[in-house]
Amino acid sequence: MSRLRQLAESRSRPIVTAEFPSIDGGNLDTVKAKLDPILAFVDAINATDNPAAHAHASNSSIAIALKMLGAEPIMQVVCRDKNRLAAQADIVGAALFGVVNVCALTGDDVTAGDEPQARRVFDLDGPQLVKVMSGLAEGRYLSGRKISPAPELFVGAVENPFGPPQHYRVERAKLKSDAGARFMQLQIGYQPLVLESFIAGCVANGVAARTALLPTVVLTKTARALSFMHDNVPGISVPEPTRARIAGASDIPEESFQLTLELARHALSLDGVAGIHIADFRHDGSLARLVSELNLSVSEPTDPSAPSDPSDPSEPNAPTAR
Amino acid sequence: MKFLPIVELATKGPVFDCRMCGQCVLHSTGMTCPMTCPKTLRNGPCGGVRDDGHCEVKPEMPCVWTAAEGRSHHALMPNSWEDHFSELHPPVDNQLRGSSSWLNLITKRDKQFPAGWVGRTMADDGAEPADEPRSALGEVDDISGLDQGFHERTSIG
Ligand code: SF4
Repeated sequence: MSRLRQLAESRSRPIVTAEFPSIDGGNLDTVKAKLDPILAFVDAINATDNPAAHAHASNSSIAIALKMLGAEPIMQVVCRDKNRLAAQADIVGAALFGVVNVCALTGDDVTAGDEPQARRVFDLDGPQLVKVMSGLAEGRYLSGRKISPAPELFVGAVENPFGPPQHYRVERAKLKSDAGARFMQLQIGYQPLVLESFIAGCVANGVAARTALLPTVVLTKTARALSFMHDNVPGISVPEPTRARIAGASDIPEESFQLTLELARHALSLDGVAGIHIADFRHDGSLARLVSELNLSVSEPTDPSAPSDPSDPSEPNAPTAR
Repeated sequence: MKFLPIVELATKGPVFDCRMCGQCVLHSTGMTCPMTCPKTLRNGPCGGVRDDGHCEVKPEMPCVWTAAEGRSHHALMPNSWEDHFSELHPPVDNQLRGSSSWLNLITKRDKQFPAGWVGRTMADDGAEPADEPRSALGEVDDISGLDQGFHERTSIG
């Protein structure tokens, strides 16, 4: 069983996942060089699928490479670039190599990337892809053709709690959870109160109990990184006071780290949150520092009744970021 | 083009910006055509909606799915769209593009989904892949009655 699945079902300790950087050339050693600094600090790692609509080494190739190098991959599958045939083939193919965790995304539009002339596919949308993945896990393609033996898959999705209409995002999380998503990585966000109400809604409608909710924090180093995300990344907004706080700090990299630490502490303090997803734009060891300052241990999960929760969710960490 | 598709496009085109997908879902989206969404999503809104409710792809256009969600709570028609809005809509059948959704509604062609979508394998339908290379279609009258995802393991968690 995948470690992610084991933890999502047992909730014996907070889950830590991270985004893997995009790879464009080289060989397995290139992948290993990027993996080594983070491997010991995470439970599972996202093999992304042409993030922000830029072509990179493919989701399935990176997922398989991560698996070969001893990491546990989460293979993202976006709906933008491939139709239902290709998406299913990639998942079933990667499963042959032991890629179990799969995560369905609608995907940024082609206009967000460097090839806006590309044809957009979106043959399936995100929620439909979740259900198709669930069907594969049960041993059938969408057509109804049998897959025997059925691939071992652990199905997940993403959601953006911060995107309008915010009140509807809880319903949408339920739509994906009902379709079979058992873990859900949430979009990067800088509005703790919005996250709080989303998580509370997911606790109320039962999603948080059966789907492991993983809010995302991002490690940045500059004030420009925040304004860039705010201005250019679809679905991300960074409130002006937060940007001003970083821009006006005397030690910007340290203040950026502290902001991320506060957001992560706050997210982990929420009842209904199963762990944290980390996107690292710094690549300077900050991921390891974050995990250690959060007191998260990612040792092999054992007995669910064993040691108490190391993150101490009762600790009052009032977020100062708004 | 046959007669019915022409009439359908002529009436729905100007009012709803109809794209002739052949499987009309206006009744469950508060009369907003989702095929005008640049990503042609059947289950929206996506995560890219801008803070002002406009589309990720076309900043000048309000997100059709955000608008539809707003209209699903229409004061004059309480509950009529609200209940249908959060149903999981099946993938578009691209064979129906350009055909009349009215005709497909009458003939129930728009109620036929791939066997896998309704939780069946071809073997269940008596059509083994070797005999029947094409997708087996299952007919479902009301998608709200369908299991949304896992069929054999719905009780996880
Ligand atoms: S923002 Fe709305 S209209 Fe634009 S692509 Fe996303 S769902 Fe479609």
